Amino acid sequence: MARSNSLLYLDGVSVSFDGFKALNELSLTIAPGEMRAIIGPNGAGKTTMMDVITGKTRPDTGEVYFNGTVDLTGEDEVSIAELGVGRKFQKPTVFESHTVWDNLELALKAPRGPFNTLFHVITGGERKRIDDLLDLIRLGEKRGELAANLSHGQKQWLEIGMLLAQDPKLLLVDEPAAGMTDAETAETAELLKDIANDHSVVVVEHDMVFVRSLSVKVTVLHEGSVLAEGSLDHVSADERVVEVYLGR
Amino acid sequence: MMSSFLFRAMDARAGIFLGIMAAVIILIPAGNLLVPPGSPFHVPTYAVTLMGKYLTYALLALAVDLVWGYCGILSLGHAAFFALGGYAMGMYLMRQIGTRGVYGDPILPDFMVFLNWNELPWYWYGFDMFWFAALMVLLVPGALAFVFGWFAFRSRVTGVYLSIITQALTYALLLAFFRNDMGFGGNNGLTDFKDILGFDIQSDRTRAGLFAASGIALVLSFLLCRAITRSKLGKVLVAVRDAESRTRFLGYRVEHYKLFVWTLSAMMAGVAGALYVPQVGIINPGEFEPANSIEVVIWVAVGGRGTLVGAMFGAVLVNFGKTWFTAALPDVWLFALGALFVIVTLCLPKGIVGTIGSGWNALRQRKASADYEAGSDEPPASPPQSAGSQSRSSQDTSAKTAEPQPAE
Ligand SMILES: Nc1ncnc2c1ncn2[C@@H]1O[C@H](COP(=O)(O)OP(=O)(O)O)[C@@H](O)[C@H]1O
Ligand SMILES: [Mg+2]
Repeated sequence: MARSNSLLYLDGVSVSFDGFKALNELSLTIAPGEMRAIIGPNGAGKTTMMDVITGKTRPDTGEVYFNGTVDLTGEDEVSIAELGVGRKFQKPTVFESHTVWDNLELALKAPRGPFNTLFHVITGGERKRIDDLLDLIRLGEKRGELAANLSHGQKQWLEIGMLLAQDPKLLLVDEPAAGMTDAETAETAELLKDIANDHSVVVVEHDMVFVRSLSVKVTVLHEGSVLAEGSLDHVSADERVVEVYLGR
Repeated sequence: MMSSFLFRAMDARAGIFLGIMAAVIILIPAGNLLVPPGSPFHVPTYAVTLMGKYLTYALLALAVDLVWGYCGILSLGHAAFFALGGYAMGMYLMRQIGTRGVYGDPILPDFMVFLNWNELPWYWYGFDMFWFAALMVLLVPGALAFVFGWFAFRSRVTGVYLSIITQALTYALLLAFFRNDMGFGGNNGLTDFKDILGFDIQSDRTRAGLFAASGIALVLSFLLCRAITRSKLGKVLVAVRDAESRTRFLGYRVEHYKLFVWTLSAMMAGVAGALYVPQVGIINPGEFEPANSIEVVIWVAVGGRGTLVGAMFGAVLVNFGKTWFTAALPDVWLFALGALFVIVTLCLPKGIVGTIGSGWNALRQRKASADYEAGSDEPPASPPQSAGSQSRSSQDTSAKTAEPQPAE
């Protein structure tokens, strides 16, 4: 697909840490409205790829474009978030000394300047939106609880809720099912499929059952570049993919 | 918009504080001016001045708590802003002396005559007017903090590195103000003040007035800090304190937030310094001593960071102790202060007020979970699949409360 009609476009992206190539000529294109699963063994560079897209890490070489026109390598984390790229981290990071409600209020799409927030008065519409999100992530009864007191799975869900509150165009979701029970994992997959109805989503996950239940196009990453791409059945039939996963 | 902003500052806890402060601001000057000296309720003038000094320290502690307790910026240089505010006030007071100085020069302060200077340096212009000096009390610390913060926060200097450069800032100012050719009285600083706004600075009435002014400044600053920390901006500050990088990924320009509270806090420290100087009657470079800034941090830690009330309480408590110790056991004071800091850090990491506050919350939660056990034998929820149907947190999590984390 051409850059011009893509939502996210990575071409020849390389990143090295002290000579070690975490990303090696990585090229990847996400279409508007698409949901994509990214799999790959530990250390394949999945998180580093998200770091590059969100401005946390600058690539040594390569192009990263959002919406076909915006060069993300020239923007910082805040501008990239403002452009509409939201991210859930691999290790769930919520604001522990804030309540569940406050976490969502902070994430809610609204002007972000100090004077906007200083004089901000929460509107009925915003309350409604937070209530809806609380229902969606099933933390309605925990709205007044400090985020520090949530279980690991609840924190993952809260972070997904915060991601939705931002209402980004593109959601980058790093290992949402890590540390969850099978039942929780299945529910998370349902939630993400729901979200994918009106958002573009890139989700990184190890859990094959989870990835299968998404039934979307899969990209296999290995040693910093794309090893295979296609349906899960297609990539699992690929000998090199089998070797990467089973050869360890 | 503005009214809801101020309305946010008020609740029961703020009400208690305001009640106490109102009583203090009225009763202490009244006890000094209206009660005859023989009466047991008479408050001697030295005590009024001493307590007025404590109030200015409380204001300084409040300023430090705003940046440290809420935004995680551990400033070890706030005494610099305090001293700059003090110097601005001192310059006004010097120019009020006029011909009453030892050398009787109508324009030049004594130390300039002594140095054989012929004219007033340009940066002393305007300080004969109170409004100008008052403006400088805010602008000089504010501008310095703005420039310092602009560079520091934009280059993402945080944690220990930031603390160290704030120490360097106050130390550099200490050395600069020691120099005679800076034009601020060098080693001796500014002193021998005569009057302020036309009132004799030594008189009981002026002393009582300065005490009341310090109390009012403290109350107004407290209300401002409270309105800020309870606004959405305050929530962003706490988010920055706990997870700065996460806040950026949500789209908040962290450096702008830091710059805002940092500058505001420096201005509050400046006001504190300006109220301090006429009460103690002198300002000299010693106020820039790096140790002074560290002491302020200890006051806040003892009282409880991130509580506002705790910071003010800590400042008064520690300074009260200091006054007592330096009179009774002068050699022991520094050891006592060090021991207090160690004990509080180890036993009461949330400080005195913070510990009382969370003890109160824990009590309420224990009652809530006791009610829960009495009313239902269903086990506590284990999320997320059952979160929708359950409300109470399990007992072991209810005891936990989030604590402010040390600045990274
Ligand atoms: N900041 C960093 N400094 C040094 N090495 C890093 C850094 N970030 C990632 N790496 C290395 O890059 C490789 C890819 O890491 P990562 O993107 O986290 O993999 P994945 O998310 O696919 O498990 C790993 O070998 C990791 O050790
Ligand atoms: Mg990873």
